[in-house]
Amino acid sequence: MLTTSQSPVYVAHSLDEALVLRAAHPEAMPLAGGTDVMVFIEAGAIDPPGFIDLWAARDMAGVADADGGLWIGALTTYTDLERDDRVVKAAPALVEAARTVGAKQIQNRGTLGGNIANASPAGDTLPVLMALDAEVEVASKARGTRRIPMDALYTGYRTLAVAPDELITRVFLPTPHPADVQHFRKVGTRLAQAISKVVFGARVRLEQGKVTDARVAFGSVAATPVRCPRVEAALVGRAPDPAAADHLLVDIAPIDDVRSTADYRRTVAARTLRSFISSLA
Amino acid sequence: MKIDFELNGRAVSVEAAPMARLLDVLREDLRATGTKEGCGEGECGACTVLIEGRAVNACLVPTVQVAGQKVLTVEGLAEDDRLHPVQTAFLKYGGAQCGICTPGFLVAAAELLAEHPSPTRLQVREALAGNLCRCTGYQKIVDAVVAALTGEVEPAGAPGDADLDRASRTC
Ligand SMILES: Cc1cc2nc3c(=O)[nH]c(=O)nc-3n(C[C@H](O)[C@H](O)[C@H](O)COP(=O)(O)OP(=O)(O)OC[C@H]3O[C@@H](n4cnc5c(N)ncnc54)[C@H](O)[C@@H]3O)c2cc1C
Ligand code: FES
Ligand code: FES
Repeated sequence: MLTTSQSPVYVAHSLDEALVLRAAHPEAMPLAGGTDVMVFIEAGAIDPPGFIDLWAARDMAGVADADGGLWIGALTTYTDLERDDRVVKAAPALVEAARTVGAKQIQNRGTLGGNIANASPAGDTLPVLMALDAEVEVASKARGTRRIPMDALYTGYRTLAVAPDELITRVFLPTPHPADVQHFRKVGTRLAQAISKVVFGARVRLEQGKVTDARVAFGSVAATPVRCPRVEAALVGRAPDPAAADHLLVDIAPIDDVRSTADYRRTVAARTLRSFISSLA
Repeated sequence: MKIDFELNGRAVSVEAAPMARLLDVLREDLRATGTKEGCGEGECGACTVLIEGRAVNACLVPTVQVAGQKVLTVEGLAEDDRLHPVQTAFLKYGGAQCGICTPGFLVAAAELLAEHPSPTRLQVREALAGNLCRCTGYQKIVDAVVAALTGEVEPAGAPGDADLDRASRTC
């Protein structure tokens, strides 16, 4: 045992209680499954003056079918996602991503809302959520709820467009078009427990042999997860053409870090993209 | 803060900082030292326990989150003198060497057994991917778990001399 935070924990038993506590203790850090927070505390990287524990707010977990899509509660775990038939059907790429997060013990505890709020450029669900046109619902006691498109959520390295009195409440996934093909690919050092060197999410609509709509997003290749608008534009209006991957280098800005090099990331991102596009033809 | 929960079927009550790691509360306050610490950061699985039936890393769980919940540790796997099938299988197949990883593997395997009555070998490997072992090379662990899952190994009584002898010879 290195560090035990002695800070107070305010326990929320419902979303409403959580929003009241969030407004009353803006300095306190939300705590969901704790799989990021506990690691940061143990490493001495953070020492917040208080925590708002959301784990017991069970109305923030679970999947609901409404408004022309699926609503996934922020507290829904990876294991919950993997086991929900509606998610498996509507968002197979998200389920694939969930199955690669950490290992079983992390999937049993880590939450979708935690992955989004943690805002790591390597967060595995984030490019998939972008590719699926997800919207993140946030709420505050004072101003109620608002919806932020996933591709407008991250404003810089580990920063989100969420106010200090707001919480992430749930995520909306629009029902996919029947002609949509979804894809997820993660490249790490081993199959389990690996932080991505490159993570890729995509959704392509194929009608009469032509791409009519495309979303391409990558993680670990820039300060935030990024959508690749030039690649998307190059794909649409023609048969799937791996040459569209040539535009990728304009859309991404990888760096060298402990896990990999910028060069490796550029090469591998382009190859995963090419091989996905080739698989469509 | 007073935190009440159920440990291996028994009601327990501890006085602990709400953010204290469940791992420390188990080992230090409740003296349930079967659960081990390896990495302290969610990577190794030595601290695996079941909370409400789900395998989690006790080093990553603040104790406040188990209030009112059911926690099962390796100490709770055997029922009286009857070993859990995965425990019997570890004995039979030599699934343990130094033993530091063993409680975590047993608990992770117990979750798998409860959930998937007949997983493939690959599913077994996936379910145990969050548990690291420096000694066995994993093969004997996977063999043991597969045997327990296929019902080849039945729950047994307390280990007899022959079992312990066999276990010690695999070290
Ligand atoms: C061994 C290990 C392996 C891992 N592997 C992966 C991996 O492969 N891929 C990956 O992407 N991640 C991985 N992670 C990171 C982590 O498990 C995920 O990011 C997880 O989804 C975090 O969810 P949580 O519920 O545990 O979040 P917490 O740790 O509880 O919180 C994370 C952050 O989100 C904030 N927060 C949580 N919920 C909300 C909310 N509703 N509203 C506002 N803010 C909120 C918290 O304040 C905190 O800043 C790994 C972690 C470990 C320890
Ligand atoms: S000690 Fe908890 S996972 Fe290693
Ligand atoms: S038996 Fe020694 S680490 Fe697994």
